[in-house]
Amino acid sequence: MYRYDEFDQAIVDARVAEFRDQVARRLRNEISEEAFKPLRLMNGIYLQLHAYMLRVAIPYGTLDSRQLRMLAHIARRYDRGYGHFTTRQNIQYNWMKLEEMPDLLADLASVEMHAFQTSGNCIRNISSDQFAAAAADEIADPRPYAELLRQWSTLHPEFSFLPRKFKIAVTGSATDRAAIQLHDIGIKLVQNGDGEIGLKVLVGGGMGRTPLLAHVIRDWLPVADYLSYMEAILRVYNRHGRRDNIYKARIKILVNDLGPAEFARQVEDEWARVKPLGLDPPPSELARIAAHFQPPVLDASAPVAIDLSDPEFAQWVAVNTHPHKVPGHAIVTISLKAPGEIPGDASADQMDLIADLAQAHAQDEIRVTHAQNLVLPHVRRDALFTIWQALKGAGLATANLDRASDIISCPGLDYCTLANARSIPIAQKLAVKLAPQEADLGELKIKISGCINGCGHHHAGHIGILGVDRKGEENYQLLLGGSGAEDASLAKILGPGFDENGIVNAVEKVIGRYQALRTGPDERFLDTYRRVGAEPFKEAVYG
Amino acid sequence: MAETLFRLRSDAGHDGPAVALADYQPGGAAVRLEPADDARALIPHLPALARIDIAFPKFREGRGYSAARILREAGFAGEIRAVGVLYVDQLAFLVRAGFDAVLPETPFDAAVAKATLARFPHVYMKAADAARPVWLLREEAALAGRT
Repeated sequence: MYRYDEFDQAIVDARVAEFRDQVARRLRNEISEEAFKPLRLMNGIYLQLHAYMLRVAIPYGTLDSRQLRMLAHIARRYDRGYGHFTTRQNIQYNWMKLEEMPDLLADLASVEMHAFQTSGNCIRNISSDQFAAAAADEIADPRPYAELLRQWSTLHPEFSFLPRKFKIAVTGSATDRAAIQLHDIGIKLVQNGDGEIGLKVLVGGGMGRTPLLAHVIRDWLPVADYLSYMEAILRVYNRHGRRDNIYKARIKILVNDLGPAEFARQVEDEWARVKPLGLDPPPSELARIAAHFQPPVLDASAPVAIDLSDPEFAQWVAVNTHPHKVPGHAIVTISLKAPGEIPGDASADQMDLIADLAQAHAQDEIRVTHAQNLVLPHVRRDALFTIWQALKGAGLATANLDRASDIISCPGLDYCTLANARSIPIAQKLAVKLAPQEADLGELKIKISGCINGCGHHHAGHIGILGVDRKGEENYQLLLGGSGAEDASLAKILGPGFDENGIVNAVEKVIGRYQALRTGPDERFLDTYRRVGAEPFKEAVYG
Repeated sequence: MAETLFRLRSDAGHDGPAVALADYQPGGAAVRLEPADDARALIPHLPALARIDIAFPKFREGRGYSAARILREAGFAGEIRAVGVLYVDQLAFLVRAGFDAVLPETPFDAAVAKATLARFPHVYMKAADAARPVWLLREEAALAGRT
């Protein structure tokens, strides 16, 4: 994985010193809260309902064991012993003290980590495929392309006061695990007939109040022109994106208002102007970065067959591991969704244990997924039993990946100032209710947001739940038919909303109807919904 | 107001009033751009202009950064002055985008301004200032290592 050189380290260290100075000036009241707010936001610090919250960047969701141990240390030293992995592959801490933040950022910098631009109207953490370098269907590792963007976007002088936040995802696989159609910019690595790699560029996807899927504005962008083309997109957006209404300020609204063809034309026009300015690094820079992402040397003669006589272990292997591109190996997903627990939360002890396992058995790598789970990407199959036993002892061996109890949930009204309703208790109740029958249900992605901003990706849920405020009462809308994968679609509201118990019952009715309607065990809920439409489910819930 | 102006130029500059873009007459020496104005409308007039003011009515306003950079890309070497709700902590962004003077609502503390401009030893991307991005420094280091 990427290691900082002297330049990267100097920039991150300077950022810590800058923020230390800014906090000191704030505490001496030399900076007003109004002036300080954008400064702390650009360092990932929010003021939430009960305390400050810090969001730490995990670029493209990749960590090594040293970094994960530092995240555990931070949970113990500065928080209440746990952290919350987010839908953008980051981690959040909920009980922060402002005066301790500079020391915390210095701790992060000591393991090549930071909180740059994890909030504010700027280019946010670049997200990617959690199976990078391990998936069999990959054209190339997307992470060097994401790291190049991370560096380019860090403290960008022109694009740090955009109309609104800006999220970019990069993938190198046909299977889309990064939800690129739901990002402000989605980058997909593609290959031409000569085996050359280029970039397909999508713009204008997003969730929130106005969910939209992204449009392809360029089928093939030469890698050499990558950053100048990004500059062109961002400049068109910075100049012409709406600033009069924060709900209409994302790039998706501009792309939609202009039409994708006209937006693409403006980008090409701007690109023609900026391309000759020498904004693109030479190919040696991407090659330098890519050298950090050399695939690990794995033993392709490692045994494929392993002892699966323990049924619980066999179940976990079947559900929570994926085939690795090297025979005899597997990709392990560690579920942070034990039914009844808070989705995405991990204790400091759990983080330490996972760091130990990664170091001993997984080439020292850990990935964070946008579904709020962790991944050990390179594991020998004959080490799976040892890993499973260790995970089981720590409450981390839940075999529910992509199943009904593997629920994405935002923090909701339990923590967040923007929320209208609680999300976590709904996720907990549903997970406990559905877990006993989830093996029968197969792949079923339930996603819950506590407000219209959609951090819980409810629009991309096979079943989505949106918490709203209705005359001072929490009310939950039910949406069906969304997907954030390569077959992306936006979930649609089924009908009137419910209270807390009503929404749980409604989901159970939807699932019951699916079981009655499906053609067989291989037809997923999403496939059934797409085949039969909303009516039968409406009837089951409201009929 | 004189003590409020933070200026990085050593020339005398143009102290006259800046007119709105709509009122600008060819040959005028100073003009003021509002956030929604198209900076490119000034390109034919750059040889006559000594100073271009760019308004920031709110700190969240970011269009001026693009406007300044566009003017520098077009070769403008005169003064580009950021005017409005601006904080000292935004100074490095402003300078890198091409501004060389700031007229903030609240004066900058000179010591903080100096420290802010000296803060970051390196930059990741090319912009309107002379700073050389780290990818260039890395390339040079690699080439030097090879010889």
